[in-house]
Amino acid sequence: MSARIIVITSGKGGVGKTTTTANVSMALARQGKKVVVVDGDIGLRNLDVILGLENRIVYNLVDVIEGTCSLKQALIRDKRVDGLYLLPAAQTRTKDCVTSDQMKTLCEELSPDFDFIILDSPAGIESGFRNASAGATEALVITTPDVSAVRDADRIIGMLESMGKSSINLVVNRLRPHMVQNGDMLSVEDVLDILSVKLIGIVPEDDSVVVSSNRGEPLTLSAESPAATAFSNIARRILGEEVTFLDVANMNKGGLLQGLMRLFKRS
Amino acid sequence: MGLGFFERLFGSSRGPSKKMAKERLQLVLIHDRTDITPELMDALRRDLIEVITRYMDVDEKNIELGMDRDEKEGQIALEASIPVLRLKRGSQIKAKPQA
Repeated sequence: MSARIIVITSGKGGVGKTTTTANVSMALARQGKKVVVVDGDIGLRNLDVILGLENRIVYNLVDVIEGTCSLKQALIRDKRVDGLYLLPAAQTRTKDCVTSDQMKTLCEELSPDFDFIILDSPAGIESGFRNASAGATEALVITTPDVSAVRDADRIIGMLESMGKSSINLVVNRLRPHMVQNGDMLSVEDVLDILSVKLIGIVPEDDSVVVSSNRGEPLTLSAESPAATAFSNIARRILGEEVTFLDVANMNKGGLLQGLMRLFKRS
Repeated sequence: MGLGFFERLFGSSRGPSKKMAKERLQLVLIHDRTDITPELMDALRRDLIEVITRYMDVDEKNIELGMDRDEKEGQIALEASIPVLRLKRGSQIKAKPQA
């Protein structure tokens, strides 16, 4: 078994990298894949909390790299889903305590045992991002449909291209269909025009994301909200399936139920 | 004062704001991507002057050079404004430098 290694990054902070990492990884595991998620945000870890696994952390990624413990000791198996494992970041260290080479070696060590290694990159373009991306061959770039995020996404795409990543795909997150319909928010087409990169997901703004992080239960564990469906669809497309994208133009403003029904009719 | 006041304030009379967002992004990314440093702009300017002065005398100090959005076409363009002093006669035009 040789794993597909995907980094989830964005440039801009707060656009949904960790949420996407948690949900897509869980969706992949639910599809029967063996997935390890690696939290690359050393010093500001959040993947553990979003997954609801924060109470089970004993060792972390830095411990493994420094040889304090074995990889096996640090990996946390998610008991809710078969095949999902978390390698947490250190909280009391900083990003300069690992190197790109060490991260590459870590990925090589993990690769034989997993179908997917998903790395959650921190925001920014400095060593945190570079280290998280070092071992990856594929990248998911997350953006929201606003000027700042798209600008930063462009920069990060440029950097990923110059790092030689073979596959770079875009997720447009936190879309508000009624604002797009009114012309008050960039549409997915606008964003694709500007970034010229392949689209792999459209995720609508969804209150249930907040609730899920409150509970430490990723949406794709069991929920059926629009965002949950969107994240599951991203996982399916990663696996090579052709899934129709969310029809933003025809999504109802307040009609969450109607929007849901259209989604279900399409899939 | 009613709802109408707020509508006018926040944009229904100015049209949808996403058009502005898209245009601003396209312009800003041209600069971000090509990383046109002042040094590069100077080099571009010197090269342009060198070529143009083969055909005409220009007021070099008053040349304006910049990237902007063409109002009509909506395309990003390199815009140059080059005041011409006089055109050279055919016999005065130097041959291109050999490569």
